[in-house]
Formats: sequence, C-alpha cells, structure tokens
Amino acid sequence: MVNDVVVSVLLIGGALMSLAAGIGLVRFPDLLSRMHAATKPQVLGLLLLLLALAVENENWLLVPVLVLCWVFQLLTSPVSAHMVGRAGYRTRHLRRDLLTLDELDDVVARAAESHPPRPDRTGGTGREDDGGRA
Amino acid sequence: MTAVAYVVGGILTAAAALALYRAVRGPSILDRVLALDVVLAIVGAALVLNMVVNRHLDNLILLVTISLVGFIGSVTVARFVTDRK
Repeated sequence: MVNDVVVSVLLIGGALMSLAAGIGLVRFPDLLSRMHAATKPQVLGLLLLLLALAVENENWLLVPVLVLCWVFQLLTSPVSAHMVGRAGYRTRHLRRDLLTLDELDDVVARAAESHPPRPDRTGGTGREDDGGRA
Repeated sequence: MTAVAYVVGGILTAAAALALYRAVRGPSILDRVLALDVVLAIVGAALVLNMVVNRHLDNLILLVTISLVGFIGSVTVARFVTDRK
C-alpha cells in the first residue's frame, strides 16, 4: 500500500517534468531558454521514473542496471546539449536582447584579435579555425 | 494504480503533443532537434510506465537504445548545421 503511494507520486512527478518541458518548449522565446526547459525530463524525469520502477520491483539486483541506464543518459545529454548550443550560437539562433551576460563574446573578440581571419577559407575544415565568425 | 496509470498517460500525451507542436512550428532546425529530443525522453517515460504497470523489465534495453539514438541524432544535426557555411 505504501509502495503504491510512493510509486504513484514518483510516476506523476516524472510525468510532470515532461509536461513542464512541453510547456517550456511552446512558451519560451528562443533556442537557449528552450534548451533550459528541455533538459528536465531527460535527467530528473528519468531519475524519478527509474526510482518508481525500483520501488515497484523491490529487487536490489535491479538497481545497478537502473543506475547504468541513468548514468548513460547523464553522460550523453550534456554533450548533445553542448553541441546544439554551440551550433545555435554560431548560427546566431539566439536573441541578444534577452541575454544578461555573454561571456563567450569577449573570448571570441580576443581570439579574432590575436588570430585575424584568413582571406581564403577554402582549405579549412570549418571546425576549429572559426576566426571571427564563431 | 490503474487510475494513476491513466493520469500519467494523459500527462505524457499532453507533453508529447506540446513538444510535437514545437517540432512542427520551430523556426530553426535546432529547435526541431531539441523538441524531438524531448519527444524521445517522453517515449522513454512511457516505456518505464509500461514496465511499472505491467510488472516486467523488458524495456530497459530500449531505454538505453533511445538515449543513444537521441544523442547521435542531435550531435549529427548540430555538426551539420555548424559546418554548413
């Protein structure tokens, strides 16, 4: 009985994380704030749901598998979020008027100062040598 | 427990509908990738709900597979967007 209550609370909490992400995706104004909303179900929502599964099964042998499942998500989702955020910054998919601080701007300005952009960009791979473009 | 399953299913359906709305509307391809990542997380949540309600553990490997697919997909699209000068 107590188990059922705990499992219900955990399940509803995990589902509400997904709902919060959905509402945030629809309501928020630009890519970076939408990314903020989108991370909730990927980490915290999955944690709550896996806890519900563990409580429901009452089997300690299951716990390492669930931890592996969660740690895998915990390792992959920041990397993909970093890639998406970097691509969004470089292609200027962000609203400057909503930012309070852009620390990367100073770094890019300094990099452009010390490494002036080369006249021809045909030979570059376009990966690391993004002089003033960022 | 059955009522809770229906409530959670309804919440997940609403969340998936909102995320799909953003995936359809999204002004840039990065917004769409982000929204589809959320849809994948919601699918994973639905798999866990299925395991809890039906008392089995068959979907755990699917959970890992889904997070792998989401990772590869968003990284690939982000690289593609960045490299296209």
